[in-house]
Amino acid sequence: MGLTGLEIFKHLPKTNCKECGSPTCLAFAMALASGKASLDACPYVSEEAKAALDSASAPPIKLVKVGAGDHAVELGDETELFRHDKRFFHPTSIAVLISDTEDAAASAELFDALEFDRVGLHYVTDMVAVQCASGDAAKFKAAVEAVAGKTQKAMILIAEDPAVMEAALPAVKDRNPLVYAANAGNYEKMVELAKANNCPLAVKGKDLNETAELVEKIVALGYKELVLDSGARETSKVLADLTQMRRLAVRKKYRPFGYPTIAFTSKENAQEEILQAGVYVSKYASIVVLKAREKQQLLPLLAWRQNLFTDPQKPIAVEPKLYDVGEPDENSPVYVTTNFSLTYFIVEGEVEGSRIPSRILSVDTGGVSVLTAYADNKFSAETIAAAMKKAGLDEKVKHRQIVIPGHVAVLKGALEEASGWEVLVGPREASGIPKFAKERFA
Amino acid sequence: MAVEILKEKYRSKVGEVVLGATKEQGGTRSHTITVGGESTLPFLHFEGEVPHRPVVAMEILDMAPEDWHPCFKQYFGDVYDDPAAWAKKCVEQYGADLIQIRLRSADPDFKDSSPEDCAAVVKKVLEAVGVPLIVIGCGKPEKDSTIFPVVAEAAAGENLLLGVAELENYKAITSACMAHQHNIIAQSPIDINICKQLNILIAEMSTAMVNRIVIDPTIAALGYGIEYSYSIMERASNGALQGDKMLAMPMIGNIGAEAWRAKEANISAEDEPGWGEQEERGIMWESTTAMAYLQSGMNILVMRHPRSVELIKGQIDDLMKDNSY
Repeated sequence: MGLTGLEIFKHLPKTNCKECGSPTCLAFAMALASGKASLDACPYVSEEAKAALDSASAPPIKLVKVGAGDHAVELGDETELFRHDKRFFHPTSIAVLISDTEDAAASAELFDALEFDRVGLHYVTDMVAVQCASGDAAKFKAAVEAVAGKTQKAMILIAEDPAVMEAALPAVKDRNPLVYAANAGNYEKMVELAKANNCPLAVKGKDLNETAELVEKIVALGYKELVLDSGARETSKVLADLTQMRRLAVRKKYRPFGYPTIAFTSKENAQEEILQAGVYVSKYASIVVLKAREKQQLLPLLAWRQNLFTDPQKPIAVEPKLYDVGEPDENSPVYVTTNFSLTYFIVEGEVEGSRIPSRILSVDTGGVSVLTAYADNKFSAETIAAAMKKAGLDEKVKHRQIVIPGHVAVLKGALEEASGWEVLVGPREASGIPKFAKERFA
Repeated sequence: MAVEILKEKYRSKVGEVVLGATKEQGGTRSHTITVGGESTLPFLHFEGEVPHRPVVAMEILDMAPEDWHPCFKQYFGDVYDDPAAWAKKCVEQYGADLIQIRLRSADPDFKDSSPEDCAAVVKKVLEAVGVPLIVIGCGKPEKDSTIFPVVAEAAAGENLLLGVAELENYKAITSACMAHQHNIIAQSPIDINICKQLNILIAEMSTAMVNRIVIDPTIAALGYGIEYSYSIMERASNGALQGDKMLAMPMIGNIGAEAWRAKEANISAEDEPGWGEQEERGIMWESTTAMAYLQSGMNILVMRHPRSVELIKGQIDDLMKDNSY
């Protein structure tokens, strides 16, 4: 993966012994590069070369898991700098910070309820970070246990004094919390703790250089379940560091940065914090730790995360069926559109904005928009008429009128013929629906 | 072992557009605003120049907005019927870098105001504030093509930003801008090819217009397709930096208008108890949308809520801090 044939060739014995089945070592290298051969076929490859090739073929950013069971969160394993080049894979985890100087159990209970439903999706605030602010090991342990008792979600334990960490970690090790953090002063002890409890470990440097050095030292101690913190806290600096870590890992396969990352907000005001966190979600953080806890503050951030991490090559579809907007009755208007979620939800928003209870028939167009589906014959008089029938529109409304998008006005005649209904041509853009509805149906 | 910082070597940069004109330059603005000019992706000061900070325009209308959420009344209710006072309040009280006025009253479905009425409103706003002005038509192309020449002439010398030009109707507005030396907003429907094509068509009418185009990629609000516009903008920025001159224009987006159309910004906590308090939710819906577009290279953010403006200006301050290694 990512290695060229020539790069692989350098590590081979170059004896052209043919025992692997390829005529030359170079041919074998080419076959390896294209994934058509396995290195095991070469009986003479050195252990060193094997290790080098193995690590070179590892993904640019390691996948690290925090948490256990259904609430485990996968971090890292990203391959792109821009979502339009392919996609981003593992959504940034949003972690809410709870201090051991507050009523940790009460806060954890509130945190656990920070989940949202919008546009048919479920958004979850997926991590909780418990911080030792008291400096007191017993207090920290109590807070960690209190939080663990109130939520099953993935945890981060924040204490840089290994003695404090040691007091709290064993009791919750089965929850696979992220141990935060190993620094230049404590890393040997922290690695020992993480190893002993088999938990992922955050590595915190004071800048990129120190972070890279620490990672190499920790890897040399045999531990690789790591999450990186470059130590920066100012928005602009964090943006730069996260960009460098992602770039160096993905483009240069720079191993010390081949791990997920964690960023912390520094703003005291919750609204400013959300926007700061938004920058880190946009640009490459695997975890963002913040203090904001209000629903109206977190919902926009979670919506942005969901939007950013969608697959740009896959249109998102809603279930093709008849939807109610408000509480429609047998006289309410009926609109028809595609099942491309973006189109559907924009139409839904505007129909809702018209303040006239209505129905929207979402036709299965394979999740593509009105004009694309029309061009592809997936949004035609036949498919619409079939969807009308399947939804049982005949029984649900007394009238025989259906509104089609203005962009496909051309379907009017054919649809009237196919369905026997009167077809009203709606506005070209959904934004015209409230006015259209007011004139037609109010 | 020191980390070897990876700096991209881009071939080109985004062009600069100057908005407004001072007395010496033939206008009446207290200062001009330059946007664009960046030679790297957003706020990566460690590898390139970001010579001009993104700016925030506040949007006003030439008539009281019936469709704005009632929460805006406490800020603008007293000036809804007076665009000049509204503009002044945005600049003096809420820190708007510039003002965008939408001539909604010209819409035949609203008041069908005459081009002369529109020009008079623009003149009044120009008198009331010293910042550069963005003027947007009513959105009906037939009507707008009669408004632009009159407004452009009445404000000759002010170096306005006029919009919007679309592929189907860019000629009237381009001519008006050419005749009276204004800048133009070229709007394309979340489509990088149409974006480029429109810029080429405007440039064909006058090469002098190339440095006067601001791209409106058509932006969607958070939750309503923001990721499409975000990616189109990232592609356009990359194209500009790699030397595509017809994508190398600064970008503008109507963030306030889009974000405040969303259900999430407007619905009350009583109707949607799972989403928290309405006004703060609306503010965060708008400013989170703006935050994302700052990260994808927007230069002019047109916004609505005073607190969103304050928040995003604060974030721009933070992002403009040097992050060189």
